[in-house]
Amino acid sequence: MKIHEYQAKTLFERFGVPIPKGAVAFSVEEAQKVAATLGGFPVVVKAQIHAGGRGKGGGVQLARSMDEVASVAGRILGMTLVTHQTGPQGRLVKKVLVEQGLNIAKELYLSIIADRASAQIVIMASEAGGMDIEAVAEQTPEKIIKVYINPLTGIQSYHCLQAAYGLKLPDAAIKPMTQMLNNLYKLFVSYDASLVEINPLVLTAEQTLLALDAKINFDDNALFRHKDLADFRDLDEEDPLEIEASKFNLNYINLDGNVGNMVNGAGLAMATMDIIKLAGARPANFLDVGGGANAEMVENGFRIILSDPNVKGILINIFGGILRCDVLAEGVVKAAQKTGIKVPVVVRMEGTNVEQGRKILADSGLNLTGAVDLKDAAKKVAQIVGA
Amino acid sequence: MSIFVNKDTKVVVQGITGKEGQFHTRQCVAYGTQVVAGVTPGKGGQKMDEVPVFHTVAEAKSATGADCSLIFVPPPFAAAAIMEAVDAGIELIVAITEGIPVLDMMKVKNYLKSSRTRLIGPNCPGIITPGECKVGIMPAPIHKPGGPIGVVSRSGTLTYEVVHQLTGQNIGQTTCIGIGGDPVNGTNFIDCLSAFQADPQTKGIVMVGEIGGGAEEEAAAYIAKNVTKPVIGFIAGLTAPPGRRMGHAGAIISGKSGTAQGKIDAMGAAGIHVCKDLGRLGELSKEVFKGLY
Repeated sequence: MKIHEYQAKTLFERFGVPIPKGAVAFSVEEAQKVAATLGGFPVVVKAQIHAGGRGKGGGVQLARSMDEVASVAGRILGMTLVTHQTGPQGRLVKKVLVEQGLNIAKELYLSIIADRASAQIVIMASEAGGMDIEAVAEQTPEKIIKVYINPLTGIQSYHCLQAAYGLKLPDAAIKPMTQMLNNLYKLFVSYDASLVEINPLVLTAEQTLLALDAKINFDDNALFRHKDLADFRDLDEEDPLEIEASKFNLNYINLDGNVGNMVNGAGLAMATMDIIKLAGARPANFLDVGGGANAEMVENGFRIILSDPNVKGILINIFGGILRCDVLAEGVVKAAQKTGIKVPVVVRMEGTNVEQGRKILADSGLNLTGAVDLKDAAKKVAQIVGA
Repeated sequence: MSIFVNKDTKVVVQGITGKEGQFHTRQCVAYGTQVVAGVTPGKGGQKMDEVPVFHTVAEAKSATGADCSLIFVPPPFAAAAIMEAVDAGIELIVAITEGIPVLDMMKVKNYLKSSRTRLIGPNCPGIITPGECKVGIMPAPIHKPGGPIGVVSRSGTLTYEVVHQLTGQNIGQTTCIGIGGDPVNGTNFIDCLSAFQADPQTKGIVMVGEIGGGAEEEAAAYIAKNVTKPVIGFIAGLTAPPGRRMGHAGAIISGKSGTAQGKIDAMGAAGIHVCKDLGRLGELSKEVFKGLY
């Protein structure tokens, strides 16, 4: 789960991680009200969307007067911001964060991540702040400090000192840095984050450390024990069909192709998308109905695929294990009867209760094309979309 | 021969009285697996069909001599269930549970280092030595006993597809293992590859990977150096968009790392027979494993 910068900063504040003065605004008037509380100019107006690279796309701008706040906020609010992470269609900006300007002496990079390969929590820090950290890692890996923390024993003071001295901070900033790391770590583990990133972390001319930016991603598997994070969910940042699918616990991702597909199991679902591509068409979605799907989930999944106007054909690929083929067939028939099928549907089923499943589909009177195996399914899909 | 489980494996099922636990215990018993005990706290002394139920894994182990645990415990309690089995001295743990928090699994992974226990999973279909022992949720009839092919995969139903195609070509399996779709898991590709290489009955290997992480690249490098048996590789997710979690918690392309193409290239460079069309995996197996089955 992703959240906005201003929301991440709320959590920073709660955990004692210093941030600049500021607040979120949804209109030009609100932006001016916030600016008036910041004690002077310049102030910074930052677009709030779930994507990085906002500055380059014109989503972060300086304002030196109240009039400039109005013009800058007016420009950013309502703009479609395109960055390297949004895709060419961009994202509509509906809110901005208005913050005090700082007297920056140095920009640093700091993050804490859950590292899958080592199964450790890793502090990453670099003097090359404010830049794309992946580019830094590629071109000048020696500029990145990595400190590995065993999650069983947690963060120790030497971990913090390794990072703080590694960044060549002035003496006055060493203690604040260790405090900040301790607090960030506490935030990381108490909320099951997968990433906490500050880029840039700034050292001001007054030698204080402040999180100028803030990014937090959370582990979706752990959301059950952090009910309060639900307040941070922003439906404006999500695809409408994906929101609909999430109501039924369906793993659905909307893509820009023309062949819809419904599969059980994530690996087979990805492989099925690949097969559609190999057949000369493009997958319109990823949909894993899961091992424990019931007829209702199948019905809703099928309905969601059908509601995508780009879909010119559908491939259902089920390898019955826990999800039995007869259950799948019932769901498909129900959905088809309710919504009506306007596009050709190819069904490939194998595994548990496959004969019963095929019989249910055959007896339904629906216009479905059966496929004997994956190769056959791919061929039939290709014929349908004229690939 | 086989790897990790065989006809002598004695299984305790943690979470045996739940809906999934009951269903799959019965399937395993029907296949011939020795399920000697179940564990559900508060239900010790009861029976699930013929299987005695205990409050704790330690009790179950001392009463029955179980050496393998199959876990169906829900995500909030699954990490503790794994550590309980480790502390009880269980040698092999197979965790089916999907959705365990990553931080919990990171703790488990580090905890395992101080023990001799092997963990398979979590978020996996389990392990089967066809004809001898099934410790998992895979549909049994698609398998063909007697070898000579070992299968290792990060996926569930995709593994069934692969096994089904092998069996369709009359190619049997020694052992099939799903190592799970989570970013942090127990047994990895290399553990399985080295066990298959050492197993005299296994003559060839099918390895099924997917986007996310670098496990396939590491496995490819390992194969180039250490595996003399022919290996077929398949990677799912060529069409997966970057930055999106594709169902499995571990299936995500981050920046430039974890892409399907990167993994396919690494496999090709390591001399692995890369299957580009899943629909043809059976036919490719027939060619590559010719004379071995």
